[in-house]
Formats: sequence, structure tokens, C-alpha cells
Amino acid sequence: MRKREIWKGSEVIAEAAIRAGCRCFFGYPITPQNEIPEYMSLKMPQAGGVFVQAESELAAINMVYGAAASGMRAMTSSSSPGISLKQEGISYLVGAQLPAVIVNVMRGGPGLGSIQPSQGDYYQATRGGGNGDYRTLTLAPATLQEAADLMGEAFDIADTYRNPVMVLVDGLIGQMMEPIVWEDRPGRTLPTKVWAAQGRRGRDHNNFVTSLYMDPADCEQHNLALAEKYAAMEANECRWEELMTDDARLILVSFGTPARVAETAMRNLRQEGLKVGLLRPITLWPFPGRRLGELAGEDHVKGFLDVEMNLGQMLDDVKLAVNGSKPVQFYGRCGGAIPHVAEVQEAARRALEEVE
Amino acid sequence: MTVIYEKTRGLQNTPLHYCPGCGHGIVHKLIGESLDELGLLDTAVGICPVGCAVFAGSYFSCDCIEAAHGRAPAVATGVKRTHPDQCVFTYQGDGDLASIGTAEIVHAAMRGEKFTTIFINNAIYGMTGGQMAPTTLVGQKATTAPDGRDPATAGWPIRMAEMLSTLEGLVYAHRVCVVDIPHLNEAKKAIKRAFQLQMAGAGFTFVEVLSPCPTNWGMEPLEANRWLMEHMAAYYPLGVIKDMGGEPG
Repeated sequence: MRKREIWKGSEVIAEAAIRAGCRCFFGYPITPQNEIPEYMSLKMPQAGGVFVQAESELAAINMVYGAAASGMRAMTSSSSPGISLKQEGISYLVGAQLPAVIVNVMRGGPGLGSIQPSQGDYYQATRGGGNGDYRTLTLAPATLQEAADLMGEAFDIADTYRNPVMVLVDGLIGQMMEPIVWEDRPGRTLPTKVWAAQGRRGRDHNNFVTSLYMDPADCEQHNLALAEKYAAMEANECRWEELMTDDARLILVSFGTPARVAETAMRNLRQEGLKVGLLRPITLWPFPGRRLGELAGEDHVKGFLDVEMNLGQMLDDVKLAVNGSKPVQFYGRCGGAIPHVAEVQEAARRALEEVE
Repeated sequence: MTVIYEKTRGLQNTPLHYCPGCGHGIVHKLIGESLDELGLLDTAVGICPVGCAVFAGSYFSCDCIEAAHGRAPAVATGVKRTHPDQCVFTYQGDGDLASIGTAEIVHAAMRGEKFTTIFINNAIYGMTGGQMAPTTLVGQKATTAPDGRDPATAGWPIRMAEMLSTLEGLVYAHRVCVVDIPHLNEAKKAIKRAFQLQMAGAGFTFVEVLSPCPTNWGMEPLEANRWLMEHMAAYYPLGVIKDMGGEPG
């Protein structure tokens, strides 16, 4: 049996990135994710990599852009207000088709908000976030083990599709400690970065990394080519976990920390004989909407309860998936507050009463 | 037959889009020649700006990366830190470098990043059509300063080479211009020295080029060159501002 180790969330994310072959990190301090740049400042040079504390989040994401454009596995991390500043660069990464990993350890908003855990950036992560018509694949681990396992996947997915990948966790995942096991990950066969601008080095042509297409016909073709990548990600990369949905009358839908609260609530309600299940999206984009739609079509499923740490953002995706065929209720806490098990149980009981 | 002059291998064989009398094409050529003569074309990565030179990546005969407006020094940091043996340069105008990208250029210089910045100062926003730049001279007219730049509301023009030269990480700052052959020769010497110091690992190197923009200044090209020498060079003195490089070896 492999050794179980106690780790802190932010440090798991940093260590897993180094283990995944990330050799450059560019960041700017912001609570509650400062352990990531701190860990990187110590460990990245030891791994032969580059750590730069940038002057701002704008600079950090553009250092990532430069490193990614020259063929490196590059990463940055921040928390909600800092991620807003990085959105310009994320849009450029997508436009220039550059792989990179961006970690958002979410805190309460809007504005300075709070430094407590939140999921208020769901829309921003899953709808693009910056200017233009684009998608960022978004991974939402709910445990530190899952965070450790998904970081390598994040880099591989980014390289496979030449698109930035966001790892979206709430501040609780970033700050908590729990045991994990470092697993060897098989890794994917990845395309060679023949497009990288790293000096011609004997190549017979210049590589020019850009997101500029002055001719609207060219820009439309570029967008359509990006759309093909999004379609491929939707077809190949959607992930979720299902618990006790086979006979469930009410299905809880939740990601990240509240999914753990929802799971406990579900198990408690099952002990009372109430048939409750859980669907936990692991990729927020692509969203497992097709599976939710299938579940909505099952006779035993009478309704859904979406549980989030915001005012109801993933709720839109749940409603789109269910498409009016079954009622969808919502329970959320926001601004840095975390839902209690008892609150979710109560919300689930109410939802069940309404649909029975 | 003796070849007296030929196009530099440092530029692609592509027509430039710049206006008649513009300095950009000249500076492109000087950079291309310098990279070629120093044997750096095969290892160079150019970081291109937003502004009139947004197409520079289609002109330089080396790998290039198009940056967001003002962010070229951050992009260059990402390239050079991960590829320390390469020749990395940013090519930036006055809006890009002295306005929206001020933080990036100051901190790249502060950190002593080992790349070269070529700063084209033409005292106006070219691509967007003649708006006031941070380097627009007092009294100089612009489409957003119709009565001329008024220090009471718009402040005074920034001398970037002098400002950056206060930072320890900057080892070389030289202000040149491109209005006649002697000045072109001086400009090329400055660009080559900057690249040489970069490759010797000396620190951050900066060449500011005073460059005419006849279109947005509303002048004939020769008149623009005269105006540059008379007015711009009076406020932005030509010459070496700082040189801590010694012999690049």
C-alpha cells in the first residue's frame, strides 16, 4: 500500500503541478492561495524550473503566455479578484491556442468581497470570462486527492487541445488539510509543440504566435476552428461522479466543497429512508448536462436540488440540462459562508415534499 | 558584379504596411541587420506590440510572439527566463510601453530581465489615429488634445529612458533617432550593443528611438524629420543615458 500523507490543499496543487512536469510558475500573492506561490518559490528552482513573483496578475498571466508560447508547461494561480485581472491574458491564450493551467482558489465577491471560501466565479470560469467567444475547460476537484490527481490531467488536456485549462476550487479546498496518496499517473500521448516560438534553431520557417486575424473571414475561420476543439472537449473530456442515482427520487447537484456537504446530507437522508442521490460535476465546462438530461427522463427521478456556494450559477446549467422536464430547486450560501449539512437536508426534505 | 546593397536577411521578403516617412520600417531594418550580423536570427524571439507595429511578427525573420497591449515585457520575461540562451527583444511604441504597459516595463527593468526593449517614441498614437500619447510634447496637437497638450490637465511628457535608468537592473539605455544616415548608424550601433550586452547576460537593455510620424503629425516626411530634431530631440536628449555594460566580450 502506498504511503498516505497529510497535505494542505494549496500545496497539493503546487506539488502536483511540479510532478506533472510544470517547470515555470508566475504569480502574484493573494489570499487564500498564497501557499501556492510560496511553495513554488521554494520547490520550483529545486526542480530546475523558474519561479517569478510578478508585479501584478496581469503580468503573471502574460509571463505564462510568453512561457507557453515558447513551448513550456506554464502555470499561474490566484484567487477571485486576481483571476478577474488575468482574464485578458486567458482570452489571449485561447486566441493564440496556447496551453496553460490557471488555478482559481475562489473567495467571496464581488469586488474585494471576503477571503472566505466561495463559488462565485462559476459563470466567469465556464462562460469564457474574458473578451471573445471562447471556452476554458474547467476542472473542479472536491477533495485534495482529486486535486492531486487532476493537476496532471489539467496540463495534459491543455496540451492536447492547445487551450488553457482552469482548476477551480473554493478557498476551503485550498486551505484544508487531509490525507492523500501520490499516485503514478499514466499521462497521455501529446502532440509535439511544432508551433512554439523558441528560436528557429535551424527550422526553415518562422513561428509566429498570435491571436490577431485582421480579415474577418480569417477570424471567423479561426473561431470555427476553435469551436471544433470545444466540440471535441465536450465529446471527450466531460467528467462527473454519481452516487445513489439509480433509484433516487431527488438528485442533488453540487461541486467542490458543497458537494461534500451534500454527500453527507444525502447519506443521512438515506438512513431516514429518503431516496436521495448526488451528481457531482468534475468538469464544470464541459458540463455533464447530457447525463443530467438522461436522469431527468427517468420515471423515478422527481426533481433536482442544486447546492452551491453562490446565488445559483451552475443552476442555469442544471436547468438547461433538465429543460423543464422536472422541477429544479436551489439552496446556496454566498459571500464566504458554507452550507451546513442540516441546512442541505432541510432543503432536500422541502424539495422532496414539493415534488412528491 | 559587386553587390553594393541588399535587403537584410533579418526581414522577411514582405511589403511593409507603414505610411510614407514613418520610422518603423527603418527600425525594423536596423533590428533585422543587427540580428543577422550578430548571428542571432536563429535564436531570436521577438515580442510584438499592439499599435502600428502589430504586424511586426510578419516582418522580422525570426520567431515572434504577439503580446497584448503593453504586456510585451511580461511575455518576454516568460520566454527569456525559460530560454536563457536565446536573444529576446520587445518592440514597443509609446502608448504600449509608456502608458498601458508602464508597470510591465518598469518591473522588467527592476528585475534586470536579460532581454532588450526597442522603444519607438513618436509622441503620438499612430494606429488609432493620432490621439495624445504619454510622450506627446506640451503644446503638440492630437485628436484628444485638439488645442495641444495642456500640462494643467494632461501633465508632462515622460522621459522613459531616464526614468528606467534609475533602476539598478537596467544596464544600458541609449536614445537615438532615425532622421538621417549618421543618426541611423548611431541607432544601429545602439541596437547591436544592446543585443550584445543581453547575450553577455549583463541585464536589461533599452534603446529609445525617436521616430517620425508624418501622417499623424500632419506633416510632409522631411518636415517631420526637421520637427523631430527641433522639438522632440530638445525635450528627449539624444545619446547614451546609462551604460554599465563594459565590454560585452
